[in-house]
Amino acid sequence: MIEIKNIEKYFGNNHVLKNVSFTFERGKTNLIIGESGSGKTTLIKILVGLQNKDQGTVLFNGEDVNKMNNKEIRRCRKEIGMLFQGGALYDYMTVEENIMFPLNMFTDKTDDEMLERVNFCLKRVNLKGKNNLMPSELSGGMKKRVAIARAIVMQPKYLFCDEPNSGLDPNTAILIDNLIQEITEEYNITTIVNTHDMNSVMQIGTNIAFIYKGEMWWQGSKEELIKSKNKEVTDFVFASDLFKRLRRS
Amino acid sequence: MLKLLKHFGLYFIMMKKVITIPEKWSAFRKQFVFELTKIGLNSIGIVLFISFFVGGVVSIQTALNLQNPLLPKYLIGLASRDSLILEFSPTMISLILAGKAGSSIASEIGSMRVSEQIDALEIMGVNSASFLILPKIIASLCFFPILVILSMGIGMIGAWIGALSVNITTTDFLYGLRYEFISFYITYAIIKTLVFAFIVSSISSYFGYHAQGGAIAVGKSSTDAVVYSSIFILVFNFILTKLILA
Repeated sequence: MIEIKNIEKYFGNNHVLKNVSFTFERGKTNLIIGESGSGKTTLIKILVGLQNKDQGTVLFNGEDVNKMNNKEIRRCRKEIGMLFQGGALYDYMTVEENIMFPLNMFTDKTDDEMLERVNFCLKRVNLKGKNNLMPSELSGGMKKRVAIARAIVMQPKYLFCDEPNSGLDPNTAILIDNLIQEITEEYNITTIVNTHDMNSVMQIGTNIAFIYKGEMWWQGSKEELIKSKNKEVTDFVFASDLFKRLRRS
Repeated sequence: MLKLLKHFGLYFIMMKKVITIPEKWSAFRKQFVFELTKIGLNSIGIVLFISFFVGGVVSIQTALNLQNPLLPKYLIGLASRDSLILEFSPTMISLILAGKAGSSIASEIGSMRVSEQIDALEIMGVNSASFLILPKIIASLCFFPILVILSMGIGMIGAWIGALSVNITTTDFLYGLRYEFISFYITYAIIKTLVFAFIVSSISSYFGYHAQGGAIAVGKSSTDAVVYSSIFILVFNFILTKLILA
């Protein structure tokens, strides 16, 4: 479980995050949704430690990140897996080397043990036998799946996904969404997905935080989201004609 | 001025992260060998080609400027030797390497930055600066001197062929090459090369590591890497010459 309390972030005079508090629950797919520029990416970067916050508290399983020393922060980071928007695969490494990289760096496993784990993760993301392909030989969806395999190879407690569906066709997007949800439930991890794709929200959203102009505007489940009367929420959720028609019907 | 101070500050903060004991020696060794090939071995061809022809041109131009019958012919060999050892090989080759290896380092690290590969390293708990930059600096420190020594040798062969083309005998040229040879000049050239290797690899890495944006930012980081590496090479060339030779 990850708790954030009263997070504040400024970029110069721009107040990007205003007193944001939320609890990301374990075993659930927690979604951060909102319009582009609302502060979602900044929030996720603060959570994984890529950006500093100006105020507030981040608790990983009750442990305050502010009070951790460098060693504890590094230990905590090893419990985090992250799926980046573009995959962020190392383009000079094969699929196998990409997935094996964290094992190589942080474990004392033998080559055979590492290969076994890599093959298990590849099978889990339906890419069995693609070990020797280079990232440039993969489609967008395959890159995302390799990135998921790399994110879960160390058996993380927390999985962060930054816009996992961007640039994917609807079928592949659903496949990635389902994979994220299955992994979350299977390993009972805390998953946080940053998205503005309503299909994704409806597919996997169990605990949703809606951020509007840097503020935590609304929170709840996908069922509550559909029924919400909040103007900003309905403007965001029912932005497309399809969703408007569905709502009327 | 403030911007310049900011760059210096960021450079030293980055270097503090770079100069640490590698987290895993096997991973460092692998990266180091990879960098040796990329920065060093892949630069041998261009270094040999340029050195040979510049050596030839230096001896021909020296011969044309020393046509006075009172001046001994062996001076062509001597002048070529000293210009190659003291200036051309360490400084000019380092400037060429700033263009070749420096731009490659900056664009590689810059691409990794804009495609979030560096963020991925950081999130895993890897010290990205040390993992990516330290092997490049060590590989440069190891291989630049080898390239410069090769350049000296090939440059002198070029100078000899150039001398033959303007009717200087091999005996006169070789006598000039050996005449009052000061071995410390080689030490001086190697010291300069080591400093230049550090400048090229660390400054190029700095610009790549701090690239922000997209493809244009990567291109800019690559250009800045070459420009600032060249400026610092020339400034340190002056300082080191004054300190060591003057």
